[in-house]
Amino acid sequence: MATHLLSVSNLSAGTEDKPILHGIDLTVGEGECHVLMGPNGAGKSTLGHVIMGDPAYSVTGGTITFDGTDVTELSADRRSLAGIFLSYQAPVEVPGVPLYSFLRTICQMRPELKTTARKFRQRVGEIADQLELDQSFLMRELNVGFSGGEKKKIEMLQLLLLRPKLAILDETDSGLDVDALGIVSRGIEAYREQCGGALIVITHNTRILERLTVDRTHVMVSGRMVTEGPADLIEFIDRNGFESFEKDARRGEKDESCVDCPGCPKAGDAE
Amino acid sequence: MSAERSAAEAASEQAQSRTRTQVADVDRSLYDFTKSEEGYERYDDGLTPDIVRSISAKKDEPDWMLEMRLAALEEYHRRPMAPNWGPSIAGLDLDHISTYVSPKTKQAKSWDDVPEDIKDTFERLGIPEAERESLAGVGAQYDSEIVYHNMREDVAKQGVVYTTIEDALHDPQWEPVVHQYFGTLIPPTDHKFAALHYAVWSGGSFVYVPAGVTLDYPLQSYFRLNAAGAGQFEHTLIIVEPGANLHFIEGCSAPKYYEANLHAGAVELFVKDGARLRYSTIENWSKNMYNLNTKRATVGADAKMEWVSGSFGSHVSYLYPTTIMAGDRSSCEFTGITFAGATQDLDTGCKVIMNGADTTASVDTKSISKDGGVNTFRSSVVVGRHADRARCSVSCQSLMLDDISRSDTIPAMDVRNATAQVGHEATIGRISDDTILYLMSRGCSEAEARTLVVNGFANPVSKELPLEYAVEMNNLIKMEMEGAIG
Repeated sequence: MATHLLSVSNLSAGTEDKPILHGIDLTVGEGECHVLMGPNGAGKSTLGHVIMGDPAYSVTGGTITFDGTDVTELSADRRSLAGIFLSYQAPVEVPGVPLYSFLRTICQMRPELKTTARKFRQRVGEIADQLELDQSFLMRELNVGFSGGEKKKIEMLQLLLLRPKLAILDETDSGLDVDALGIVSRGIEAYREQCGGALIVITHNTRILERLTVDRTHVMVSGRMVTEGPADLIEFIDRNGFESFEKDARRGEKDESCVDCPGCPKAGDAE
Repeated sequence: MSAERSAAEAASEQAQSRTRTQVADVDRSLYDFTKSEEGYERYDDGLTPDIVRSISAKKDEPDWMLEMRLAALEEYHRRPMAPNWGPSIAGLDLDHISTYVSPKTKQAKSWDDVPEDIKDTFERLGIPEAERESLAGVGAQYDSEIVYHNMREDVAKQGVVYTTIEDALHDPQWEPVVHQYFGTLIPPTDHKFAALHYAVWSGGSFVYVPAGVTLDYPLQSYFRLNAAGAGQFEHTLIIVEPGANLHFIEGCSAPKYYEANLHAGAVELFVKDGARLRYSTIENWSKNMYNLNTKRATVGADAKMEWVSGSFGSHVSYLYPTTIMAGDRSSCEFTGITFAGATQDLDTGCKVIMNGADTTASVDTKSISKDGGVNTFRSSVVVGRHADRARCSVSCQSLMLDDISRSDTIPAMDVRNATAQVGHEATIGRISDDTILYLMSRGCSEAEARTLVVNGFANPVSKELPLEYAVEMNNLIKMEMEGAIG
């Protein structure tokens, strides 16, 4: 078994007036690919943001350990430099900041990625080609006026440049047409191959997973992890939706009737 | 394919320069150092006809100039002190401001002839370096007098004149020209501080560009006020003859003192038919400065006036560069940014007076307020009766960095021609938490993230500046964001 890269242990978090996450446990080993699914409002994005260190949420209990260090109290920039990456559902527009110089800045601040201007230009060019991103985009302001698909490609561009140890992709596939989805999937594949990084893919759409070898699947409902299992849990969800999980969540934690779910630890067939 | 490559190369070049801007070590003592005034000639504080006569006598001026000074002094005393519409200038006590302070040196043509401590000042500000690399001529004023003035020979051969007003007044060829233009665009009766300016003005620049001459490189005047409790009253007079083209850069800074300093300069710009003038300013006065400056341009037919203005310093500013669009089809672009931090109350903006037909003007300003700083954008657009089809757009964007700062927009429009089109838009925004999180999750510290956003906000202005000044402006923003300069 791979050593633990990320360990979320009994994590509870929420906004000032509203608790959202309740006692979440999640373990991701180095280079593993995990899928996080669940109905709308289950708290999947919140979990991604809390792992990244979004100050909009405060942790009320539990710990987040990354690469052997307790990062629960660290700010987002420290977590980023440690190797955590979050790709946003809706990347923000930053007017007046040229994309290329932004990319250069965020690479130069990492000792392991520091390089000459020439090599950097070459590297960015290669990745842009790979993502079928016209290089004229590099001259434009960060995300300003980009379409949804273009913004996601810019997120992939940063992912491939920064080579994080763990990438959390928050509905990176939403709003993409088939072609863009293919390009983004290939980008994720490239990240796995080139960087050997671990992944947490938050998604509603199983198409993005077709090209990925999934190690574990987790299901969240109402701020709780309700089940986890191997890759074929995805197929079950594809066929049956989240209804049974939601029913279980409503019935309470001690319910033992979810024998239908393959991989459910409560069904007794866990690893 | 080649277009792609060149785009990527250009991106990289830009990135290199930007990166340099991002990582450049900011020397916090860059502006905030003082030099001894020992041995300087310093006139008594306050304002009397005797002081005005001594300034005039020292400069050995023509009689008309002395008369103009004395009349202006009377005008100054006649007018009431406090305006009732802008930031308070109650801290300004003119009885305790020295109107004339001169270092004991003669104007030099070589930096080697400039006294060591003054030369050191300008070297720290990067002026000789900029002169070598990218300027056609430089004038450097230290307190009340120009200490260095030089222009490239090839530019002089084209008939361009770049000198001090004092020297022009001693030149039989140029004295009548100064007499003809001086004080006609901004009359001493314009307002109280214009009157003060004409009573005690000293130093500044006289520029004459003959018809059809285009200067490939800018001219730059740098104004440094070193003396505590003193005033600087330089006069800039620029005449750009028909079809000529000039970029003039004005830089200003001063160290910080506890006593109030006053800057009341006047800038008169004459842009003749078909000519073009770009006037760029980066102003970083110290935060004890009252900056009551007056700038005005008159623009002939088919001529173009471009203002680029960055205001960072001063305790109080009243600054509204004015463009009088006298000629048909004349155009004016005003691009400005004002950054107000703690203890600063900056009332800035511009005025456009459109008198010619088919004139176009665009005003694009930005303001940033932080740590309780107050920004007021004030614009005045006047479209005269004969300005058929005149078009003017005014855009004002404000960025507030916290809840204790303030930003106001006061646009005035007086349109007297039914065919004119005048538009105004104003937005006030904050840096969103989402933006900060986004940048931080890519590795930027919170301070870096904020600086990045503010630099981005200022980018439309800084890209109008020559590279070195854009770098300086970004450094100023960085220092302001770090609260490094007082």
